[in-house]
Parts: sequence; C-alpha cells; structure tokens
Amino acid sequence: MTQEPLLELRNLTTVFPTRRGEVRAVESVNLSLAPGEVLGLVGESGCGKSTVLLSIMRLIRRPGHIAEGEIRFQGRDLRALSEGEMRRVRGREIAMIFQDPLSTLNPAFRVGDQIRESLRLHHIVDGRWPWPLDMGARRREKERVIQLMEEVGIPSPDARYKAYPHEFSGGMQQRALIAIALACEPRLILADEPTTALDVTIQAQILDLMKRINERRGTGIILVTHDLGVAAEFCHRIAVMYAGRIVEMGSVDEVIESPQHPYTQGLLDCIPRLGRERQPLSPIPGNVPDLATLPPGCSFAPRCPLARPVCESGPIPMVRLARDRRSRCLRHVDFAREQGWTWGTEYEISNQ
Amino acid sequence: MRAIKVLERILATIPIMFGVAIMVFIFMRLTPGDPVDIMMGAGGAVGAGEIEQLRAEFHLDEPIHIQLWYFLRDAARGDLGNSYIKKRPTMELIAERLPATIELALGALFFALIIAFPIGILSAVKQNSWLDRFSMAGAFLGISMPAFWLGIVLILIFSVKLRWLPVQGRISYDVNLQEITGLYVVDSILTRNWPALKDALRHLILPSIALGAAVAAIVARVLRSSMLETLRADYVTLARAKGAPEHRVVLRHALRNALIPTVTVIGLQVGVLLGGNMIVETVFGWPGLGRLVVDAIFNRDFPLVQASVMVYAFTFVIANLIVDILYTYLNPKITL
Ligand SMILES: Nc1ncnc2c1ncn2[C@@H]1O[C@H](COP(=O)(O)OP(=O)(O)OP(=O)(O)O)[C@@H](O)[C@H]1O
Ligand code: SF4
Ligand SMILES: [Mg+2]
Repeated sequence: MTQEPLLELRNLTTVFPTRRGEVRAVESVNLSLAPGEVLGLVGESGCGKSTVLLSIMRLIRRPGHIAEGEIRFQGRDLRALSEGEMRRVRGREIAMIFQDPLSTLNPAFRVGDQIRESLRLHHIVDGRWPWPLDMGARRREKERVIQLMEEVGIPSPDARYKAYPHEFSGGMQQRALIAIALACEPRLILADEPTTALDVTIQAQILDLMKRINERRGTGIILVTHDLGVAAEFCHRIAVMYAGRIVEMGSVDEVIESPQHPYTQGLLDCIPRLGRERQPLSPIPGNVPDLATLPPGCSFAPRCPLARPVCESGPIPMVRLARDRRSRCLRHVDFAREQGWTWGTEYEISNQ
Repeated sequence: MRAIKVLERILATIPIMFGVAIMVFIFMRLTPGDPVDIMMGAGGAVGAGEIEQLRAEFHLDEPIHIQLWYFLRDAARGDLGNSYIKKRPTMELIAERLPATIELALGALFFALIIAFPIGILSAVKQNSWLDRFSMAGAFLGISMPAFWLGIVLILIFSVKLRWLPVQGRISYDVNLQEITGLYVVDSILTRNWPALKDALRHLILPSIALGAAVAAIVARVLRSSMLETLRADYVTLARAKGAPEHRVVLRHALRNALIPTVTVIGLQVGVLLGGNMIVETVFGWPGLGRLVVDAIFNRDFPLVQASVMVYAFTFVIANLIVDILYTYLNPKITL
C-alpha cells in the first residue's frame, strides 16, 4: 500500500460544548483509507463513530465543532475548504448513508426525485439549457435515476420512481438511500450503521449490495457498525473505537484472530463464533464512560479485566506493533520498553 | 377521484348548516327579548292590533316547534326568509355584505402570512439570536394585543396623525368601481381600474393589519417550532450530505415538512378571520357581515341571524376543505 491514501485523518478531535462540560466525542483520531478499501469502524453506542463520519463531511451541528486535526481527502485538507467548495465535495466525492432509512428519506418528496436531486445538485447530467427548460437533460436524468434504482435492486423502478418513502419497505428505503449515495459515483461512501434498522435477511442483502459496489467501482467505504461480526465479514481493515479514541487497528484477520486490546477481546467474546458456539455470550461488564468527564488514564480501565493502578495515571500511547497494526494499551508499552523500541511522535511507539 | 371526494365534502356541509341553524333558531327564541317589541320601541306608539298583526306575519304567535317546521320547510326550498327589520330577503342582505368580509379576511390572511413566514423561518434558522428573541417577543405582543385597540392605535397614527391612509370604509365615495365579484381589489384588477385598486388597497391595509396581527403571531410561532423540529430531522442532514446549499435545505427540505402542522393552524385561523371580525369591522366602519350579524342579534332579527350563521358555517367548512386539499399535497401519507 504505497499509493496515496484516499482519506487520511490526522489527530481529528471533535467536541460538543454542553452544560455538563465539553464532550470530547472524537479525540485525536488517526486513520487512513486506501482507494477501494473497506474500513470497519467498530464500537459500542456513543463512542463517537457517527461523529467521526459527520466530521469528515463537516456536518457537525453547532455548537459542536472540529477542534483540531486534519482531514486529508485525495491530498486536500477538507477543513481548509470554503463552505461552497465543501458542498461540491459532499454527495459528489464523498457520500453518506445513514442508519434509519425511513427518517432519512424526506417524507414529502417522491423517492425518484430525491435520487434525482443528487444528480441535479452536482450537474451530473449536463444539458445545454438552464435546467427547467432542458427537456433532454431532464429525460436523461430520469433515465439515470431509473438505472440507479435498478442497480441497487429496486424492482420495477419505472413504477417506483413516483412512490413516496412510506410506500417502500425498510430494505427498499435503504436501497433508495444507497442509490442516492451512488448517484454521483463518489470515491468514498461513509455508511453509518446502514443495516442496524433492518432485519437479518435484508441486512445481508444490503451488505452484499455494498460489497458489490465496492468491488465493481472501487469505491472506498467506511462502515460504521457496533457489530464486529458484520465488520469481520465485510471489511478489509478494522478500527475499534472506545470513548472517542481508536484503541485498536489492523487488518480484519489480525484483529479478529489475535485481538491485542482488552476491549477488542471483550467485544469478540460477545459474538458467537464458529468452533466455539457453545460458549455463552459474555457482554463486557460495566458501561461506556461519560465523555464529558473522562479520567486522565485509560478510559477502559474501569471495565478492563487486566487493569492495573498505573493504567489510570496518565494518557496511554498508541503502540504500533507491526506495519498497520496498532493498539492502545499499557501492556504494549511495557512490551515495547522490553524490546527497546523508540518513542515516536504523537504518543506513538513503534519499532521502526 | 379527488373531485368526487371534494363534492362529497361540500354536500356534507348541508346537514352541518342545518344543524347550526336549528341550534341558533332555538337559542334565539329562548333568550329574552321580543323582535316585535324591539321594532315597535323604535317606531313610537302603536296600537295593540298592529303588534298582533306583525306577530302573526312572522309566525311568532305559534308554538316554537311549528315555527321550526316553517323554517325548515322554507329553507329546504332555498328560502331563508326575509329580515324582520329590513323587510328584504336575508340572502340578499348577506350577499351584499359577505364579499367585504371575505376581502378583509383575505387581506388579513395575506398580511399575516407575509409577516409570519419570514419571521418563523428566520427565527428557527437563527434560534436564540437577537432576531429570534425580538420576533418571539413581538409575537407574544401580537397575541396579547386586542384587535380593537390595535385598530384604534393604527388609525390614530396612520390616518389621523400622518394622514397616510383612510380612516373608514372600503373605498372612497368619489371612486367609481364596477362590481363583479364584490371583492374590490379583484374587481378593480379585472376592470383595469387602477385608481380604484389603489384606493381599495389603501382602505384595506389598516383593518388587515389589525385583524391579521394575532394570526401572524400565532402562525409565526407554530412555524418556528415546526421548523426547529424539521431542521433537526435526519432528512435535513441527508440533504446537506448530498451537497444541497443551505437555502435549499431550509426552504425545500425543512420548510416543506414544517408546513404540515402550520397549514392546520392557518386553517383554524381562517375561521377566526371570517367569523371573528365584528370588532375590527366596527372600528374601521367596514361594511361586512360581522356588523350585520351583530345588529341582527341585538334587533332579534331571527331570520337574518339564522341565515348568517348558515353562511358562516358554509364558509368555515369550505375554508377547511381548502386546507385539507392543501394538506394532501403537503403530506403524501394523507388522502382526502
Ligand atoms: N449534538 C451533540 N451534542 C452533545 N453531545 C453529542 C452530540 N452529538 C453526539 N454527542 C455525544 O458524542 C458522543 C458520540 O456520539 P456518536 O453519535 O458519534 O456516537 P456513536 O458511536 O455513533 O453511537 P451510536 O452507535 O449510538 O450511533 C456521545 O457520547 C454523544 O452523547
Ligand atoms: S491500559 Fe490498562 S486498563 Fe487500559 S486496556 Fe490496557 S490493561 Fe486495560
Ligand atoms: Mg451513531
């Protein structure tokens, strides 16, 4: 992977001022995604997964804001763009798919028109005349919409073009949203728990569809999910988040087969797996910490079976265990010391 | 399909109109005060024979259920009787006055909406800004201010002191206007009578403001709160994520859905504008239905009151029907 990453987050920090204090929903997140890669962003509810995606789109609602960091997309820092330039990135180069398809489609407009809006906003189908006058362009737009609906597996798209969202089933709604995301052939799709609201068989169909899109078009995907099983099946790489930070990252096989961080190990124990089906599921005891009052040390310490008093004394650095393999745990720091690894920048320890 | 449904709804107003008419019929006769006494009181000394003769003419000497029977029988034939006082068909009297009331209601509605929409939308978009606080304080004032008081203040400022606008009436005496619909603004446009249009509009402004202020305030508040809700909706985030510019996000995606509850409230307010304007009509000498009805009630002019109430019920139901039709366009989940 020597090519330039499609997306690179450097030190991304997003905060929400609240009455109880500043919620640091995303704290110093470093991430990179190669073109055509599928990255799973995994973690329990409230750990900041959606906030990462919305930060990339620069759609964090005021008074929340990106406090620090860089969002490099195809070599450009998105934070440096003007609002107008950013609008041309949204939907056109980076598209987003949300969790609850019914509330995400606008109930007042026809599904076909909502897909078509994406085309029109970015002038995907160009015509010679101003839009309302150019019948040719309008017809081509409509043809493109129907083609998109076909592509995402909406049956009889001609008839469904005029339907309203409430006339669609949940799976069809999500397919329509995927069609909206695909409309401008973006380089990157940010999918925020796209299957959580759907039942299991539909879930598999939607994931399958997204996989096909990734393979056929080489679209990079960040898939947010709280289900490590889904991530394991679908992604090339996995980043595990806890309390606003990434605690472990690596290729799917490595993270699933040999999880390094105690939190990842805990998450893996929660999913039934082949070969050890008899084992009872063991959800991690305890609750996600309050992001407004995080302790100075490891935020997982109160729930960690391996915790020691030192874990709570100060920030834990990310340790790079191998190329593209990181984990944020004091145990690795001890290991690194034993190995005589050097201290890198940004609280990172590596062997290089 | 839709046309049939609309027709059904219009036909359904007939029993409603009769229902309210019967109620008014009974209540009017149960309340003290006799129409003939009141008429005679104005006319000075008269003989007992004359009084009896009038009573018989109006069927007031018969039992109430017989009177009701006469009323329903005539009404079913489309005859709502003659006014006791004016001795003319009630429908004729109402037809003379109704356009003025409708014109004032439309004027007030127009004023209310052009004020309420920008304010409601902007104060939601800029929630908690000085503009929002100022507008909502203004809306509070608009709701709590009595219309007659506002009317008098407007007259004192704009008519008496500044002399910009006329004090009274619908149109100046020296302006000629050919009546077609009875709505002077419409008629002057239809006949291309621009001086009359200007004059009619000048007369319409102050009463419209006095009558529409409270409606503007109510609609602005409802619109603001529904906009606050829709601006937070997921579909608005999606619209932004698609790359839609902010004005499109607000005016198309958020506003379209915020209109649904707002239109309901506007529909209710239209009823208030049509039926609750006696005071404003009085303050501005506006020759509308409201004053006709108030006079009729005081004079115990039974047929005129009954007929007016039926007309009120009819316009009210039609206004609501229009709102409901609008509603089906705004909310695809609802059919008529
Ligand atoms: N607008 C906001 N104002 C205040 N706090 C917020 C806001 N949005 C998110 N947060 C906080 O930021 C944290 C992360 O939220 P986020 O929605 O990113 O979590 P998530 O991982 O996507 O969770 P879920 O799986 O429930 O979607 C949460 O603790 C949440 O309370
Ligand atoms: S740093 Fe300590 S508390 Fe945190 S995960 Fe590692 S062992 Fe557990
Ligand atoms: Mg989320």
